[in-house]
Amino acid sequence: MTAELALFADSVVRAVPLILTGLAVALAFRAGVFNIGAEGQFLVGAAAAAATSIKLASFPGVATLIIALTSGAIAGAFWAAIAAELRRRFHVLEIISTIMLNFIALYLISFVVRGPLQEPTHIYPQTESLAEAARLPIIMPGTRLHAGIVIAIIVAILLSWIFRNTAIGFRIRAIGAGPRAAQTAGMIDVERLSWAVFLWSGAIAGLAGAIEVSGVTFALYENISPGYGYTAIAVALIAGLNPLAVIISGVFFGALETGASALQRDFAIPSSIAGMTEALLILATLAFAGLRNRSIGLSGNER
Amino acid sequence: MRIAFGMIAPDAGTIRVRGRPVRFASPSDAIAAGIGMVHQQFSLVPEMTVAENVALGGHGRYDRQQVAARVLKIAGRLGMTLNPFTKVRELTASERQKLEIVRTFAHNATTIILDEPTAVLTPADIGDLFVQLRSFADSGGSVILITHKLQDALAHADEVTVLRKGHCVLNAPMISVDETSLADAMLGRAQDIQSPLQRKNPVQSRIVLELKNVSVLNDIGVEQLRNISLQINAGEIVGIAALEGAAKPLLRLLAGRMAPTSGDITQPLSVGFVPEDRLQDSVIPNFSLIENMALRNSATHSGRLNWPEIRNTTADVVSRYDVRTSSAHARMADLSGGNQQKFVLGRELNDRPELLVLENPTQGLDIHATAEIHDRIRTARDEGTAIVIYSSDLDELAALSDRVLVVGKEIATTKPDRDVIGRSLLSRMT
Repeated sequence: MTAELALFADSVVRAVPLILTGLAVALAFRAGVFNIGAEGQFLVGAAAAAATSIKLASFPGVATLIIALTSGAIAGAFWAAIAAELRRRFHVLEIISTIMLNFIALYLISFVVRGPLQEPTHIYPQTESLAEAARLPIIMPGTRLHAGIVIAIIVAILLSWIFRNTAIGFRIRAIGAGPRAAQTAGMIDVERLSWAVFLWSGAIAGLAGAIEVSGVTFALYENISPGYGYTAIAVALIAGLNPLAVIISGVFFGALETGASALQRDFAIPSSIAGMTEALLILATLAFAGLRNRSIGLSGNER
Repeated sequence: MRIAFGMIAPDAGTIRVRGRPVRFASPSDAIAAGIGMVHQQFSLVPEMTVAENVALGGHGRYDRQQVAARVLKIAGRLGMTLNPFTKVRELTASERQKLEIVRTFAHNATTIILDEPTAVLTPADIGDLFVQLRSFADSGGSVILITHKLQDALAHADEVTVLRKGHCVLNAPMISVDETSLADAMLGRAQDIQSPLQRKNPVQSRIVLELKNVSVLNDIGVEQLRNISLQINAGEIVGIAALEGAAKPLLRLLAGRMAPTSGDITQPLSVGFVPEDRLQDSVIPNFSLIENMALRNSATHSGRLNWPEIRNTTADVVSRYDVRTSSAHARMADLSGGNQQKFVLGRELNDRPELLVLENPTQGLDIHATAEIHDRIRTARDEGTAIVIYSSDLDELAALSDRVLVVGKEIATTKPDRDVIGRSLLSRMT
């Protein structure tokens, strides 16, 4: 197996969590729900997947895998539901609450890998490894490329199809683009729908965490996410919140981060260059979008 | 006017202020040159106080007492009352309009542009405003008044300019024109703007909508409507005259957009609703015409949307309601206000609802679009739709309605006559 192929596979492996969390963010933002909590939802998803997979080790492998992925998604939805309920009942801004929940999730992981889920020798702050049979299958032999990429692409295509073709997808776009018109002209229950979208967004981010555990790390430990849920915001924004474009921007960011590690290893170029490139890209994208809105705003108000 | 205020740059030609050619890069350049503008769509910051909004765009230190004193002084001169420390969010539409006017004066403008300033003011406030504008003009200032109310222009202006489709069609001293010649110039042909009521079919005795002892409390428990009972029949236009704000809950109640706190409502299955705030409440500006068509009652759809069919319906509404657009794929924001409103009316009438509820449907529209909207409303009435229309323009109510309900906390019925409605409204103000 050539080194190039392995690097390519690594880029895609790195892209899987970015695509899925990017889709979670894109879905929420499209509905006007500012879910900044993909990171926390990713972490609890990973924790739930690790816990179920380890506790259910006696089950047949495939069943364990499916249960682990499902419980990851449910845990992510639950984590989002906390912020969604705070928003619905007390009008707490989800931007604030989801960021706070990210920290809670982080420390929750710290606790479980030192407490209830710590590996049997109680030396390392991590869980024991998942059973071979309960891991996601490798789809490119000789590399680390696992079936998670297939799931990510299916979710992206599904979301794109829902936005384009279905009544529910149209309603989601409508409550994001014009909540009052959606309510008055469309008779849509905006609060209820944005609540549901918030949970689905959390479920996708939680699924991303479960896939990371089942396909890449095979164990839960503290630094399982190098900020996937935050980079996801950039992935989604650069893709213009378009689910299919999220695949491309996810792979791009995955390659950027993988490449930066290789550069540091082989040429001693600091890998922080990747972070700087990402930040510059986000600024450029936002500036471009801002400029475009400004010119539209002026001409659009003309009578 | 947007060009004069620096909001849009001209493609050709020059602007001169007091003989001096100028180039405005933004509204702040225009303000510095002594031009003030009172916008039709309010340009205020809701989360800031009245005084802060006045001080906005100034330089140096913000002295709240000094600005507040200035607000009170200018408002007093205008015969208006404004609390400088109230947040704009809490103001009514007419108070916001007053604030816009006060702010323009506070910026020491020598030329003031007012875009439909009387749309949401009460008659008494309008009187005070025009007195103040006159004394401002007498002291050397210039006032540009954009209005669709011919009477306002005739009564208060010295000179009139009529623009039609971007061309200047009339520019003359006001004494040389009268209402007919003004209307002719605006329409491009002679037309009776208050076309008399012509019924094709008599009012049907079938009741479409009925309210029995309905009361509404708002979020904080204040009574907005008390014990209201009314019936609307198929094929009649019922005008609603109300003090500012009082009509809003009633219309939303009738349109099925709000539930009553107590009482019974019998409503038809299909209701069309044309709310006042078009760009917020009835269309999504960034969506195409087709998507905005799909928006109507979209909560009731399930499964896949039939886009080809929605496209056809949109094209049909665009052609039948004479909506001027490059295509059905155009963004709603790219249409003029009149064409947006024609589209909304067409959309709401498309599935032939039994009831159509309209809230200030011609506010801010030019005389031509207004006439078209009125025609459509009458046609729908003649086809048997029950119509409820609220308008802050009593002439519009008188011209359209078969009967008028005057709404305070309770309801009285009057003839569709301007003076009768006006007197009835005034008697409910206290």
